[in-house]
Amino acid sequence: MKIVLENLTKIFPSRNKKSPDEVIAVNNFNFEIPDGKLIGLLGPSGCGKSTTLYMISGLQKPTGGKIYFGDDDVTEVSTEKRGIGLVFQNYALYPHLTVRQNILFPLQNLRGADKMTKDDMLKRAYEVAKLVQIEELMDRKPSELSGGQQQRVAIARALVKMPRVLLLDEPLSNLDARLRLQTREEIRRIQKETKITTVFVTHDQEEAMSISDLIVVMKLGVLQQIGAPQDVYDEPANLFVAKFLGTPPINVFDGAVKGGKLYIGEDAVMDVKNVPDMPVTVGIRPEGFVLDENGPFKCRLSNVEVMGRDVSIVSTHPASLNPIIRSIINADNKVDAAKAEVRYTLKPHKVFLFDKETENRIRF
Amino acid sequence: MSENTFKVMKQRNMRRISGLTEPMRILSQLGIYLFLFLMALIVLFPFYWMVISSLKSLAEYKLSPPTFWPKQVLLSNYADAFTTANLGTLFMNTMYVGLVSTILSLIITVLTAFAFARLEFKGKELLFGALLATMMIPGELFTITNYSTVISFGWLNTFTVLIVPFLVSIFYIYLLRQNFLQIPNELYLAAKVDGTGDFKYLWKVMVPLSLPTLISITILKMMGAWNSYIWPRLVANDDAHRMITNGLRNAFTETTGDVNYPVQMAAVALVSLPLFLVFVFLRKYIMSGVSRSGIKG
Repeated sequence: MKIVLENLTKIFPSRNKKSPDEVIAVNNFNFEIPDGKLIGLLGPSGCGKSTTLYMISGLQKPTGGKIYFGDDDVTEVSTEKRGIGLVFQNYALYPHLTVRQNILFPLQNLRGADKMTKDDMLKRAYEVAKLVQIEELMDRKPSELSGGQQQRVAIARALVKMPRVLLLDEPLSNLDARLRLQTREEIRRIQKETKITTVFVTHDQEEAMSISDLIVVMKLGVLQQIGAPQDVYDEPANLFVAKFLGTPPINVFDGAVKGGKLYIGEDAVMDVKNVPDMPVTVGIRPEGFVLDENGPFKCRLSNVEVMGRDVSIVSTHPASLNPIIRSIINADNKVDAAKAEVRYTLKPHKVFLFDKETENRIRF
Repeated sequence: MSENTFKVMKQRNMRRISGLTEPMRILSQLGIYLFLFLMALIVLFPFYWMVISSLKSLAEYKLSPPTFWPKQVLLSNYADAFTTANLGTLFMNTMYVGLVSTILSLIITVLTAFAFARLEFKGKELLFGALLATMMIPGELFTITNYSTVISFGWLNTFTVLIVPFLVSIFYIYLLRQNFLQIPNELYLAAKVDGTGDFKYLWKVMVPLSLPTLISITILKMMGAWNSYIWPRLVANDDAHRMITNGLRNAFTETTGDVNYPVQMAAVALVSLPLFLVFVFLRKYIMSGVSRSGIKG
């Protein structure tokens, strides 16, 4: 089931009657979620990603715009008739019911033609439980389960009605680091097995990049970029996206283009073609640096962190907009930590130029 | 107070006690238990007195100084209590009023608390504030206005007059609302996604989750009906509607004006029994319900 969002807008009226400030949580949002894919809605907190999810679910009504599931306009359709499954950040399991009863709960509310017999319900519940591998925990109460198990129960409950769309709100944020890795693989597997169009919300870019087919980056209610994770990482549309994706984060400098050359501080560090002379903001990915004793880009060396496979070089530069510059170099390169200066050449495809005013990407 | 600070305090207390020398520690323990013993004595003495009085003869009861154990145990007082006081009817009347008012009161409390906790409507906060404000008026102040109201309704000497005026309790509504507010909003949203309407959600999720509070309310309400005295005496003191407290008060006055206290005590012991049992078996709910609400976590 593909999902189409058309000019989707959500405005929250101001709470305080004296100040007329409204909050535009989602601003004129257009995009199409292809059928059967796993989509990560990504952005810092307050960017409207959860609001978007809740509007897709029907729990919040959009102020403007339309939502289509396939060819059906579901904008005015109530939540329970949309055929969605929703997993909440805190799982929202019914604490007084067993795992089995929790999973059965949505089925017991089916009415009319969808009404199922008791045996069918139990069978379905068991199938879903098996899919998320909790079939042995059916008689436990949620309080007797670990966080990861509760998460699985929540997913099972969301899937048991065989929804057209599965929505996950920060599904991993309540899990510890190890479980998070495991669970995200699990979500990926379940999505692949069921082929249900899945949208999940996260503020963790690593999480979104690692399992999504497509990521949607948002900021302050405005769509920034949609694309496959690697594409968005390699070709960020603007400075915000470039900064938001990647660990360690991208290094940002004040720079300028003069006569086809990119200057950072005093140094012409790289040739850039087809860019008029102008001041720019320069973003360089940590892996975009190549150690070179005669390289044009000179930084003051602070320290060297050995991480086994890689070496992370921490340095400073007067034009840097971050307090430190971090570059990741293959550990085969020996770096003399006692030196005062480190010199680099840059990999052009890891260097992005942005307009100083609009922060949009300038291609070269 | 959070559980953690409580733990820390407990540890500190333990340390303080264990820091004392051995004889001092024994002495302090002794002091604590002596205090508890005295308190228990104060609480239990009336019960003890009720039981031994109910087993004495009237003559022995009137002895001065009183005896602390009946010279002759008269179990027949209990049989007399049943026959003179018509305990059966009193019992049934009280049970009827107690059960009906408890059930109706629970329904009203649950629905009202749900509205104040979950629904959005204009003037919600104001209305709730106004209701809370009525809690500051002592109940005795209502007695006279209530009395003239029920008279004008023609409710005198009916069960209605014993039940209706006390159906709405702001305190219980407040208690339950606080409890409902602690149920995370996501459960409500999840139930909505699962296709559950408000009423079903209330019944299937909120009520089960608030069961301890509801049990507390039930017990307190039952106790209230059982113990009520002034109002029933005022408005429904005929034979058909008399409740236990008034029945016990009236029934044992003999034609001479004397009161047969031992038989009265036997009756009192009998009617205290059900409530006593309820309290013993359900007291953990009374405490947990009252202390749980309003405290987060």
